Amino acid sequence: MQRLEGLSKLTGAERYLDDLVIDGCLWGMTVRSPVSRGRIRGLHFDAGFDWSGCVVVDHRDIPGPNETYLIENDQPVLAAEYVRHVHEAVALIAHRDRNMVRRAVAAVRVDVDREPAVLDYRAPLRPEQIQRGDDNLFKKLRINKGDVDAALATAAHVVEGEYETGAQEHVYIENQAMAAWLEGDMLVVLGSMQCPYYVFNALKHALKRDASNLKVVQAPTGGGFGGKEDYPSTIALHAALLALKAKQPVKIVYDRDEDLASTTKRHPAWVRHRTGVDRDGRLVAQDIEVLMDGGAYVTLSPVVLSRGIIHAAGPYSCPNVRTVGRAVLTNSVPYGAFRGFGAPQTQFACERHMDRVALAIGMDPVEFRRINLIRDGQTTATGQVIKDGTDRHAILDRALENAKFTERKHEHEEFNAGHPYLRRGIGIATIFHGAGFTGNGEVYLNSRVEVAGLPDGRIEVLAASTEMGQGTNTVFTKIVADAVGYEAGDIVIATPDTSRVPNSGPTVASRTVMVVGRLIERACEALAQRVQSAPGAPRLRGSALKRAIIDWHARHPSQELRDGATYVPPPGVSFDDKNYIGDAYATFAWGACVASVEVDLRTCATRVLEFTSAQEIGRVLNPTLAKGQVQGGVVQAIGWALMEECKFKDGAMVNNQLTNYIIPTADDVPSIDVLFVENPYPNGGGGAKGVGELPMDGPSPAILNAIAHATGADPCAIPMTPERLMPMMPDATAV
Amino acid sequence: MQPPSDTDKPGLRIALTLNGKAVEIEVGPAERLLDTLRYRLGLPGSKEGCGEGECGACTVLLDGLPVNSCLVPTFQTRNRDVRTIEAVSPESLTTMLNTGATQCGACTPGVVVTASWIHDNPELAKRHSLRELMAGNLCRCTGYDGIIDGLRAWIDVDAGSQTP
Repeated sequence: MQRLEGLSKLTGAERYLDDLVIDGCLWGMTVRSPVSRGRIRGLHFDAGFDWSGCVVVDHRDIPGPNETYLIENDQPVLAAEYVRHVHEAVALIAHRDRNMVRRAVAAVRVDVDREPAVLDYRAPLRPEQIQRGDDNLFKKLRINKGDVDAALATAAHVVEGEYETGAQEHVYIENQAMAAWLEGDMLVVLGSMQCPYYVFNALKHALKRDASNLKVVQAPTGGGFGGKEDYPSTIALHAALLALKAKQPVKIVYDRDEDLASTTKRHPAWVRHRTGVDRDGRLVAQDIEVLMDGGAYVTLSPVVLSRGIIHAAGPYSCPNVRTVGRAVLTNSVPYGAFRGFGAPQTQFACERHMDRVALAIGMDPVEFRRINLIRDGQTTATGQVIKDGTDRHAILDRALENAKFTERKHEHEEFNAGHPYLRRGIGIATIFHGAGFTGNGEVYLNSRVEVAGLPDGRIEVLAASTEMGQGTNTVFTKIVADAVGYEAGDIVIATPDTSRVPNSGPTVASRTVMVVGRLIERACEALAQRVQSAPGAPRLRGSALKRAIIDWHARHPSQELRDGATYVPPPGVSFDDKNYIGDAYATFAWGACVASVEVDLRTCATRVLEFTSAQEIGRVLNPTLAKGQVQGGVVQAIGWALMEECKFKDGAMVNNQLTNYIIPTADDVPSIDVLFVENPYPNGGGGAKGVGELPMDGPSPAILNAIAHATGADPCAIPMTPERLMPMMPDATAV
Repeated sequence: MQPPSDTDKPGLRIALTLNGKAVEIEVGPAERLLDTLRYRLGLPGSKEGCGEGECGACTVLLDGLPVNSCLVPTFQTRNRDVRTIEAVSPESLTTMLNTGATQCGACTPGVVVTASWIHDNPELAKRHSLRELMAGNLCRCTGYDGIIDGLRAWIDVDAGSQTP
């Protein structure tokens, strides 16, 4: 099935927020902190500027608590007395004219008495830098399995390593954009977002607004990748505050430089491994420490850390695992959700470490993984018994086979022997990704989906799950079509509008097809049952169901025919979220990657020559969309591995332009070879697991393993830019 | 329509050919072609992704060559030919649709305009790789395979149909 909105996107007919003409609309813009930490003395408005057409909002205009509703509510909507990072929002201005609002913002000076900031998450703290508790700690989490110390003491080999990953920008091509206006008493917020109910709850909280006077509607969204998970709550609050004060519609559309400078990014992370291995190459102990830079406010850091530590030991069986994770405060923009949500950072460390352990004990890295890859009946670090029937060794074999691993390795070595300055290498990674919210998260979310039988017999799906490029609407249509035997044209996917759709949960965590898709199937079953002639009659499908819906409406004029389903956890899944023991996820997706690279010894620039990604994601519902998710994720991960580097000064991103924050172009990457091993997952929509995030986990370690193979260098940090690689080159002076 | 600004007073009257039609418009001296198209002429298909000529989401054809319309002052299009995404026929985009060339769609109009330029000038693909030719259009969703495959199929289909 083709992407439903594909043609309107290809022809440019799709209307994103900035494309919409809203009558009488003002342009909103944000006045931001110039320093990383300090006490606000006041705002100075340039007396020479004509303020007459401006609407100005500060923290005193917030009707409710000055808090951005999320996990701890510690982030103000607009800074009142303190600022904790450069570009923190302090005030808002709206004006009819977009150039004028830019000039107005430039005519405001924020006076701040500077205080000592924390700019390096790894450096020891000085007392004057403490801003939270007595150690700036956001969250500490621990996984304990078996007896790590005893196992390390008796292990045949113990290998240590330290790994580091940098911040990464989402670079959705549509910048953050939101509009707000009043329709009578109803506050309407429309914009680019992943999670309409996050925005809804944030508005309800800080605006102290009755839910019945508030609606949030998703506009077509030009990419998210996690960047439109929590940040839209902030920009929605800003647009709403201005609209309420101006009593006119207000649109805020960030320019790229503002978006890069002031919105969330991937958490930088540092990971230390100490690994015990027995004489046969079996893992006997994994002692892992994870440190993440949380930025200035808690936002989503505790849950990013949680997913990070659960994935830190990799898809391996090891009887003794200790993982201690900490997320700490620094005075930079809060780090937030980004595709993979902590797992890419820890799996980068794990997979690069696996190669280094193999090298240290004199074992082939493929063989070392083969020995340790988890088998059905074995347990993960949290003690979760894996029993999904997936053959993880076969996934690895398929990846190696497709990539012609052995042949390429040999070819590369031959090539290297004969070339004066190019070096080729090959590397692998084996990965996993928990699908859906961590632990009991899905139970707490309590997601709900409804379906409506329309008077003409069509079926409408009512869910808050958003289309942002990944293909939600197309796959939901396919799920309904399969569930009730309908043609795609008889299925309608409602626009996510909180006044019409129930809360099916946020569009994050690779959960939409698996979790929400399954709810759609159950809701369809309930609807079909409701319209059948007699209880116990065979389930209606296709045209019979369509007729029954039309008949129902004839019998119940002007009534709504709706039914729904609410999340029920799959049987036998339980997690102790205090002690991190048990089923961290209802299921995992599994994968293996192979990367071939070429390093130019003259420049130390690395180019990916070939890339193969094999994965098991349950059943593949739409091959084109699924492949697109993998290829897009791999290329985003190649960028993170080799070129995307956020440069900071005083905690602020200084390369906040696409001129010097570099993402891969078509010419920087090879065609990505994708293959799926299918193993339908009974509790997922259409038998599917999640696919969105897994592709982000494997490329960076596979590429660094390939660089190590190519050059003999020992790179352990990303992005592995030429500047970073050059001093590591063993034979740098020889060229 | 709602122009982004009237602080730079329109005052320059220019004539150009837009999507095959002669138009006459009044623009400000510093007005960007992208803003003229989007806000003054009601053609919001071209997108602003970066505002500095890096992402290519605002690509249009100026006298048949792709340009970033965020970097072109509108007055420079005086007496010239401008073609935007709105001029590309939907029927020609079947191969791009089939290969998954669009996901979120924000880069897509620019991608399609560049692709149509390559398609209409087949000699380009003889001297350069499609990846090289498409390198001026950033896409964050597809990983580019869907775009390159769709473009190659588009070129091949039409090349095939022209073969006697």
